[in-house]
Amino acid sequence: MIKQLALVSALTMVCTTATAEMVQIDKNPYPSTYKPAASGSVLIQGAHIFDGLGKEYTTADVLLENGKVSALGEHLDTPSSATVIDGSGKWVTPGIIDVHSHMGVYASPGVRATADGNEVTSPVTAEISSEHGVWPHDPAFNRARAGGITAMLVLPGSANLFGGRGTVLKNVTSRTVQGMKFPGAPYALKMACGENPKRVYGQKGGPYSRMGNFSHYRKTWIKATAYKKSWDDYRTDYAKWEDKQNNSKDKKDKDKKPPKAPKRDLQMETLMGVLDGEIRVNMHCYRADEMAQVIDMSKEFGYHVSAFHHAIEAYKVADLLRENDTCAAMWADWGGFKMEAYDSIRENIPMVHKAGACAIVHSDSEVGIQRLNQEAAKALADGNKAGLDISQGEAWTWLSSNPAKLLGIGDETGALAPGLNADVVVWSGNPFSVYSRAETVFIDGTVVFDRNDQSKKAVSDFELGQPGDGDEK
Amino acid sequence: MSIFGKLTLAASVLSLASATPVMAQTIAITGGKVITNTAQGHIENGTVVIKDGKVVTVGSNIAIPDGATRINASGKWVTPGLFSPLSQVGLVEVSLEDSTNDASADEADFSAALDGADGFNPKAEAIAITKIEGMTRMAVTPDAGAHIFAGSGFIANTSGSFDSITKGKAFMAVHMGEKGARLAGGSRSASWAYLRNALSEARSYRPGRTREGALLNGPDAQALKAAAEGRMPLLVYASRASDLMTLVRLHGDYPKLDLVAVGAQEGWMVADALANAEIPAIIQPQDNLPGSFETLGATMENAARLQAAGVRIAIAQIDEAFNARLAAQQAGDAVANGLSWDAAFMAITSTPAAIFGLDDQLGALASGMNADIVVWDGDPLELMSSPDHVFIDGKEQSMVSRQTKLRDRYLDLSNIHEKPLAYR
Repeated sequence: MIKQLALVSALTMVCTTATAEMVQIDKNPYPSTYKPAASGSVLIQGAHIFDGLGKEYTTADVLLENGKVSALGEHLDTPSSATVIDGSGKWVTPGIIDVHSHMGVYASPGVRATADGNEVTSPVTAEISSEHGVWPHDPAFNRARAGGITAMLVLPGSANLFGGRGTVLKNVTSRTVQGMKFPGAPYALKMACGENPKRVYGQKGGPYSRMGNFSHYRKTWIKATAYKKSWDDYRTDYAKWEDKQNNSKDKKDKDKKPPKAPKRDLQMETLMGVLDGEIRVNMHCYRADEMAQVIDMSKEFGYHVSAFHHAIEAYKVADLLRENDTCAAMWADWGGFKMEAYDSIRENIPMVHKAGACAIVHSDSEVGIQRLNQEAAKALADGNKAGLDISQGEAWTWLSSNPAKLLGIGDETGALAPGLNADVVVWSGNPFSVYSRAETVFIDGTVVFDRNDQSKKAVSDFELGQPGDGDEK
Repeated sequence: MSIFGKLTLAASVLSLASATPVMAQTIAITGGKVITNTAQGHIENGTVVIKDGKVVTVGSNIAIPDGATRINASGKWVTPGLFSPLSQVGLVEVSLEDSTNDASADEADFSAALDGADGFNPKAEAIAITKIEGMTRMAVTPDAGAHIFAGSGFIANTSGSFDSITKGKAFMAVHMGEKGARLAGGSRSASWAYLRNALSEARSYRPGRTREGALLNGPDAQALKAAAEGRMPLLVYASRASDLMTLVRLHGDYPKLDLVAVGAQEGWMVADALANAEIPAIIQPQDNLPGSFETLGATMENAARLQAAGVRIAIAQIDEAFNARLAAQQAGDAVANGLSWDAAFMAITSTPAAIFGLDDQLGALASGMNADIVVWDGDPLELMSSPDHVFIDGKEQSMVSRQTKLRDRYLDLSNIHEKPLAYR
């Protein structure tokens, strides 16, 4: 399969040069090979449901057909071919999507050999891509699936100002990363504010300070703007050239060679993707004042910040986030470990939500990712105790639809809405209770985890034959 | 254990002496679901009477003394205060800022002689945020830096007062496994050889006597003596089943040692051996990944399996400062994975109290116990529950923290021009 891909891209290159066609950069050279397995119809009857869009149904049915959610409502007709699951006493939700994971790139076991998450060689490494560091056999993927995680954004770490591309994966088992890639999902660009880059590079040529961080960002965006212009100009010139080739009567025009394409620059290609609106900026940023400056910088260079991650102080600028359509991906209660995390409060997520901005619960942890529902529960309870009056149904938007929208897959997953992928979790009880666990997890209508069926529990290559192989985890 | 007992007595007399004048108050907490952690079990519609910092009576139909301050707990849960079995609360303000982090000393000349209490700051931000989540007591430990011994830890309450350390030099901590191997020179054999030798040198230590050829310096040997002689718990960080078996062998060689395993992710694989050696374990139930080659067998059922085998377990967010408070969630997760509710709750109250020899004072609601009590708005292990009232030694605590103040300042972002945030 990989050989075939290589052949195709080699052919493309040959063609473009030989026929003097306009040079195009292949924007998806490592395409997804994921194909959903064929799945039958499943009717989950009489369950308590959060639809992921804010609604709660105390007793309703969900019908999954051909890998999609086909209906949600009370007393649905049972198709003759459908497997019926008794949902009484159970809760059903869309699968949880984690927008901040390092699974695969910081795999378990966390030994030196598996530390593939930070390319700590330069503060600007927009050219790297997390997909090339992901180890598909990381056991953490399986643990996360048992916690109801159906998709995630795997990001490079935050050592660098421009850390590189993040990749959206489905939480399915595969021999290859391509087999996990979410078809059609845009790339993310991981950027980082504040303490980490200056700590890592302070003694290695800089940036040494937050001022240096910003000068590096801006110098790089200036370069990216010029690079983008070189390609825009090339396309314009090519179109003019082609027009003259086709329409000019003048022989001189006909003899003219086509314009030369700019030289490829991997680093700049990623940033051009951002400036073209194709790659989404996801920026590690803790402090409110820094978020405000980054938002101004995005306007200076004409791009959009899709989300601030960790966003410990998002509650201080929740209105600004709303006005700029920028999400905050947050923890419920982690903080305090460095100065920029010192003002962590337990009501951050609900305060951002209540201000009308896009709130997301994220993990940044192979432990936390296993129970993001619990994180949402804590945040919800704290918010409501502060008088914010948020329903459980609304809170589930932090776990599925808001993350899906951020990642550019909101038209495909993140909610129990007809036509969307059947990425569904059946919980043993209310998922906002510590005692509830995911019982059955569907991805595209296929059961990828069943707590009561040993044959539906994936065991990674790494764990085979080790202590605990096949054990309850 | 006799000196241990005396120390405990001295400490409690001290704390009473300083505490009595401010809390000659009688309080009756009425109508709640009382979790006693005693033979009384759970009492529906129960009452707890406290006076002068101690629990006086606990029951369902008990007389309320005249003049008692009443707290209506109907519909609520009334429990002993949570006891963090192992944290770094008060030693660390901002962990990545070395100047504010007194947990470990990577270049220190001493190891066992390091006394965590000397670095403790009862005004640390984490104290209040721990307290308002229902944690009234905590075992606080330094971390190993230059050597395998982290030093001695202590027991403190979370009142934030300068006399909040209620038991100094309460235990000694030592790191084995991968970390110990690295600190001892590069292998597990090196760390166990170092530990065995250190225990031996500490036992034979006599003040003033020359110690030819000793590896441990005098203050380290002196500080380790109590643990080496079994008069102080020796907390041993060990994860892999084989390391825990080495710990069991150490117990066989020196049965007097008061050993406690910390981490013990693969403990379930050797649960019977731990139980036979009466080695309790301080565990973190969420550990279920092969995060290293010493936790390949990690599972969330560790807690339930250890308990079933007869190992006493305490549950912690191990070594956390900011989030020691999450032990209750860890305990809830253990319940979701097979541990009984009572065992899980005891694992964050009475069991740690017992491990540190304080179960005659803390971890249960019974006559004569310290009045560390929390009134919750629901099941304390539940994610959405939180305390309404927290009492430490009978004194009601403030529920304000730096975090709640930040929240209150930013809760309403309208009118920030008329009412600037910094003046709120």
